[in-house]
Amino acid sequence: MLRSRGFWISTASTVVFLVVIAVLLLTAPGIHNLHEGLFSVQDMRAALPSVWDGFKINLKMMAIAEVLVLICALGVAILRGLPGPAAFPLRVVAIVYTDVFRGLPTILVAIFIGLGFPSLGLSVISTQSPFTYGVVTLTLVYSAYVAEVYRAGIESVHQSQTAAARSLGLSYSQTLRFVILPQAVRRVIPPLVNDFIGLQKDTALVFFIGVIEALQAAQDYANVTYNLSGLTVAGLLFIAITIPFTRLVDYLVKRDRRRTQAAG
Amino acid sequence: MEQPAALRIEDLHKSYGNTEVLKGIDLAVAEHEVVCLIGASGSGKSTLLRCINLTEPVTSGRIIVHGDEITGEGVKVNQIRREIGIVFQAFNLFPHMSVMRNVTLAPRKVLGQSRREAEANAAELLERFGLADKAAEYPDRLSGGQQQRVAIVRALAMRPRIMLLDEVTSALDPELVAEVLNVIRELAAEGMTMVIATHEMGFARDIAHRVCFLDNGVLLEQGPPAEIFSNPREERTRQFLQRIVDAGRL
Repeated sequence: MLRSRGFWISTASTVVFLVVIAVLLLTAPGIHNLHEGLFSVQDMRAALPSVWDGFKINLKMMAIAEVLVLICALGVAILRGLPGPAAFPLRVVAIVYTDVFRGLPTILVAIFIGLGFPSLGLSVISTQSPFTYGVVTLTLVYSAYVAEVYRAGIESVHQSQTAAARSLGLSYSQTLRFVILPQAVRRVIPPLVNDFIGLQKDTALVFFIGVIEALQAAQDYANVTYNLSGLTVAGLLFIAITIPFTRLVDYLVKRDRRRTQAAG
Repeated sequence: MEQPAALRIEDLHKSYGNTEVLKGIDLAVAEHEVVCLIGASGSGKSTLLRCINLTEPVTSGRIIVHGDEITGEGVKVNQIRREIGIVFQAFNLFPHMSVMRNVTLAPRKVLGQSRREAEANAAELLERFGLADKAAEYPDRLSGGQQQRVAIVRALAMRPRIMLLDEVTSALDPELVAEVLNVIRELAAEGMTMVIATHEMGFARDIAHRVCFLDNGVLLEQGPPAEIFSNPREERTRQFLQRIVDAGRL
C-alpha cells in the first residue's frame, strides 16, 4: 500500500527529533549521576511498594474531593447566578468565596486547615484526621475554580434557551436543571478535566500536613537510601492516572457529540 | 355578532430603558381568529408577542386572556405561559434532547403527565405533522423546516388555547418555508386562535382573518387582508407594502 507524502514527512521529522533529544541527554556531563540518583531501576523497584501504598491515599483523596468539588462548585455557581434583589447576599457570599479561595495558594489553605483547625480545640472540627483536612482543603480550593468554570458554562448557553423553556411554563429551577445545566456542563468538560488534573496533582501537597501519601513515601525512601528514584516512581504513578483520565473523557465527549450533532 | 375575546390588549406600553418600543397598543383577538402582524423590522411585532406570553414584562397597560387579566400583581406566570404557546424565529429547540424529549419535557414537568401519557400525545402530534420518524433524532440533525415543525409541536403539546408565532419562517431556506406554512394553515383550519408576526405577505393574505400593520410601536391600521393589501388607508402602510412589492415578495 502506498503511504502518503505526509506520513513520510512526519515519520522522518519524529525520528530526527528523538535523535536530537537523545544525543543532548546522553552527552550531558552529569548523565551518570542522574541515571543513578533518579532512574535507578533497582531503587525504583525497591521503593515501589511503599510509594504505591502512599499513592492509594492520593487516589482515595482524589476520588472523594472530586465528587465533593463537583457538587459544591455547582452550588456556588448557582448561588452566584440567582436572580432578583432578595438573593443579593447569597451572590455576595459566592463571589467573596471564589475570589478568596482562587487567590490563596493551595499550600497555605492546607496549612491553615491542617494545622490551624486542630489547634482550635473544638469538638468536631479539631479532631479530624490529616486525610480529612486534606480533602477539605482540596474541596475548598478547587470548588472555587470549578464554580467559575460552571458559571462560564451557564452563561454560554444562549438566552433564547431560557426564553423557550420559560415560555413552555417551566419554572426558573426547572429551566436551570433540565435545559441550562445539561448544556452548560457538556460545554465545560474540557476545562473541568483541566482543573481535575490540577486537583489530582495537588493531592501531593498535603504531605505538608502529615498525610503519608506517595510523595511522602518517596521522600521517606530517599531519606533512608539517599536515592531519589522513589520520586520518579511517584511521578510515573501520577502520569499513569492523569493521561488515561484525559483520554477517557475525550472519548466520552466525542461519543456524545457524534450522537447529538449533524455529521460533517 | 359579538364573540368573547380570547385575548384583549389595552393601551400596552413597553420600554427598554428610554426607548419606547410599544406606544399604546390596543388589540382584541376573538376565539378562533387568526391575526397577522405585519410591519418593518423593529416596528414592535416580536416585542408585542413576547409581552403577551409574559416573556417580557410590560411597562404599562393590560393584557386580558379569556377574561382574566394576566398583567396584574400576583398572577401565576407559569400557569399563563402554558396556555399561550409561542414559537420563535430561531426555533430554540433544546439541542441536548431528542425530539421526543423536547416535546415531552414541559407536559411532564409542568402538567405532571406520566412519561407514557406524554409520549403517546407527542407521538400523535409528531405523526400528524409528518415527524414520526424523527422522534429519536437530535435537533441538530434535522433541517430547519423540520426543526421549526418540532418547535410548533412542542408548543402544541401543552395544549395551548392561543398560539403566538414570531416570524417562524424568517430563518428558513426558501424551499423549506412551505412545509412550515402548511402546518400553520392546518392549525388555522382547526380553529386555533393565533397571532402571527410574519414577513410572508402572500401567506398573511391567505390565512389571516385580520391583518394589523405596526409602525414604530403603534398599531397604525388593521382590517381584513383584502382591504389592507389592496386598499390601505394609511400612507405608511402603502409605503411599506410598496417596498415589499418592489422587493418581489408580494
